[in-house]
Amino acid sequence: MKTDHTSEVTLRINGTEEKVLVDHRVTLLDLLRDRLGLTGTKKGCDHGQCGACTVLLNGRRANSCLKLAVAAEGATVVTIEGVADLTEGDGLHPLQEAFVANDAMQCGYCTPGQICSALGALAEADAGWPSHVTPDVTAGVKSASELGAEEIRERMSGNLCRCGAYHGIVAAITQVASGSNR
Amino acid sequence: MTSVGTPLERQDARAKVTGTATYAYEHRVEGVLYAWPVTSTVAKGRVVDIDMDSAMATPGVVAVLHADNAARLETNIDLGPVQQASVPELFVLQSKKIAYRGQIVAAVIASSAEAAREGAEKLVVHCEEQAHDVVFRARDPRAYVPSVLGDLGPGNVNRGDADAALEAAEVVVDVAYSTPAQLPHPMEPHSTLASWTEGRLTLYSSEQGPSNTSQAFAALLAMDADDVEVVCDYVGGGFGAKAAPRPPAVLAVLAAKLVGRPVKVAWNRRLMTAHATYRSPTAQRIRLGADGQGKLSAIVHEAQHMTSALSDYVDQTASSARMMYAAEHARTTATAVRLDVPSAGWMRGPGETPGMFGLECAMDELAHRLDLDPIELRIRNEPEVDPSDGKPFSSRNLVACLQTGAEQFGWVSRDRRPGTRRHGRWLVGTGVAASRYPVFTVPSRASATAETDGTFTVAIGAVDIGTGSRTVLAQIAADALEVPVARVRLDLGRASYSAAAFAGASLGTASWGWAVDKAGRVLRDRLRDGAPLGTTVDVDTTEEVSAMRDVSRNAYGAQFAEVKVDAVTGQIRVERMLGVFAAGRIINPRTARSQLIGGMIMGIGGTLMEAADIDETFGDFVQSDLAGYHFPTHADIGDIDVVMLPETDDELSPVGGKGIGEIGVVGAAAAVANAVHHATGRRFRDLPLRLEDLRNASPASMSLHQSLR
Repeated sequence: MKTDHTSEVTLRINGTEEKVLVDHRVTLLDLLRDRLGLTGTKKGCDHGQCGACTVLLNGRRANSCLKLAVAAEGATVVTIEGVADLTEGDGLHPLQEAFVANDAMQCGYCTPGQICSALGALAEADAGWPSHVTPDVTAGVKSASELGAEEIRERMSGNLCRCGAYHGIVAAITQVASGSNR
Repeated sequence: MTSVGTPLERQDARAKVTGTATYAYEHRVEGVLYAWPVTSTVAKGRVVDIDMDSAMATPGVVAVLHADNAARLETNIDLGPVQQASVPELFVLQSKKIAYRGQIVAAVIASSAEAAREGAEKLVVHCEEQAHDVVFRARDPRAYVPSVLGDLGPGNVNRGDADAALEAAEVVVDVAYSTPAQLPHPMEPHSTLASWTEGRLTLYSSEQGPSNTSQAFAALLAMDADDVEVVCDYVGGGFGAKAAPRPPAVLAVLAAKLVGRPVKVAWNRRLMTAHATYRSPTAQRIRLGADGQGKLSAIVHEAQHMTSALSDYVDQTASSARMMYAAEHARTTATAVRLDVPSAGWMRGPGETPGMFGLECAMDELAHRLDLDPIELRIRNEPEVDPSDGKPFSSRNLVACLQTGAEQFGWVSRDRRPGTRRHGRWLVGTGVAASRYPVFTVPSRASATAETDGTFTVAIGAVDIGTGSRTVLAQIAADALEVPVARVRLDLGRASYSAAAFAGASLGTASWGWAVDKAGRVLRDRLRDGAPLGTTVDVDTTEEVSAMRDVSRNAYGAQFAEVKVDAVTGQIRVERMLGVFAAGRIINPRTARSQLIGGMIMGIGGTLMEAADIDETFGDFVQSDLAGYHFPTHADIGDIDVVMLPETDDELSPVGGKGIGEIGVVGAAAAVANAVHHATGRRFRDLPLRLEDLRNASPASMSLHQSLR
């Protein structure tokens, strides 16, 4: 029931429509973790400072801890649980496979956010968006396939990893960015 | 059939990339409530009154937990010498006394996390404030020498007559270094779900030691340890912060006891600064006495730390200095100043990390004074036996690490003169430092079962905090059972699986692995002797561990760094880094490589950015979140490589490994700082090396005008 403190919102999460009554104070992150049982999205700081809660919100990467659920009415959300479904077939997404192959994790707590953020970053590059280290920011980049390590490191710097798995993460993203299997 | 030594895929990698790995907070139980803490806003004093009306009137709030209604905990508990330092912080809400700002003074329990937090905001806690003393100053006259340090050694150790040897030395280096307080900040903040069922307690908790945590709560609650289950299926990093139970877990237990329902507690990043332990700041003085050829005659290392009003924990910062090099005379002294601050504790490479920063920078300064290659200086002071106690080394391959690294890093052609290389606006330099971390081996238990389907289950109360233990223990078990690793199921992360050591002090693989190896071999032999499928064996390594010979066991390494320093802005970039480590047998080169590189990255953070400063007025850490406390992100890290030297050591556990969790951090800061000297010609002895200190870092020989050209 809708009250002064609650509202009903409808979101499309990993392809499924979810109609939920939310407390206005609840963030999208807490909605996912506490109400919908989608605990693959992690809470690392709750301040938008670590990137562990990164999801794809209407196709773009976003810190779900900074988004109130009530403000996400009508949004399409992809969490780590839905990433494998972004590609054909029953297996993992190529980026998930690349993370496994490159041992791009240790404790695993930042991993879902790193993967969602990388998917967003690759899509941004495919759309031509420049980064701080792009030589010509007006020209941007042609596609994700031309991203070198420096570009990937810059674009992924909103996602912290305290174990220091950066080496493997950059290798995994580079492998997928340069491949044709995205 | 050998699995050990192969780069087996991390066993839980797929769970981690799909989001199905379940961390403490993510376990679900019926009827759960949420608790949010209220913390003291004064650094010293006492709680005189709590006004609860407004908090209790908040929709969803069920109860307020405070010192008058919290369950009484046993006070006279003994968790053994290693864990005992964590005990004082466990007495949450057992008194109204406030020992530091940020201490838990109450908590609000509610039906949702949002309601609990709103209730906590509305709780009014009246405190009587007393004058506090929170400022850490070098050479504080009140500093005392603790009787025991974090490595269980004494605070002061003396051999020969170091003062006389310094007096007589041809060359003396006498330098002061400082390191700041640093915060472990694992990505997963502390969280605990506490659930009481018919007198038994289950904690789903983010811990580095399920067995230790179970034993600690059993002691606090006067229960049998078998009645305290601790579940740590997945733990989002620890770095010392979770190496003993901490206040958030106690709060969850007290809250659940008060309301008679399961309670979840999840710390946020801000709360982590006061209750997750930190690395004490240090003020160090190092004196090296040598002859004209660089042969050391004396080493004096003094390191001052801070302790809290509650805890006596002091890092072993000076301990490395008495055994690294062959000096006849040495004195190492750790001191501490008691202040009204949160309690310091373990952080990755406790003691060795700040201490080897000082020692390895001082060695570089001595090499520079003698115009000697710093690697050659170390080789000239290589000891035959452990200089601190005369014991033989089980193995010591520091020189091999230095020489291999020199070759691979391109050190051989290095021009020693500092402040002479530049590329455009960048000053370029290289540095080297030694790494060392002691080998600890402690008894553990494990069980192994031959399942009726032909597979094997090996269970141990160990934990995988990201180190790869789930993977390497499965490899060890497979080899012991002489079966492919695919036929082994390795269960860990629960206290009930059998008492095991904690994940700390780089002792996990050697200690747990010994028990897993033994369980596998005993079961294999039993099956060969005709035991039926379904047989389970339980083993304990207490006897084997206590029978280990009395020798000096350490892992060694050499770290090389190339840095560039912006001649005008002072910006420092670590362009490349190489770590060469000799740490015994490497069980899994894939996960080992990740862990060693991760350690070096934490070392870069500690050198260039990580610092937590106490606010003089308020008494807590200024850098209370990740916007203030910086650690490396992707763009901070350049090329990093690791070489693991093959090393056989028969004086270790049958696993043959020395432990690699911490050695990557040790020495990294000195390698980078020495490279900064080589680049700029100037010594920076206070961590972190900050841009503002390096501004206009051009060597004296270059004018600012030249710098800008």
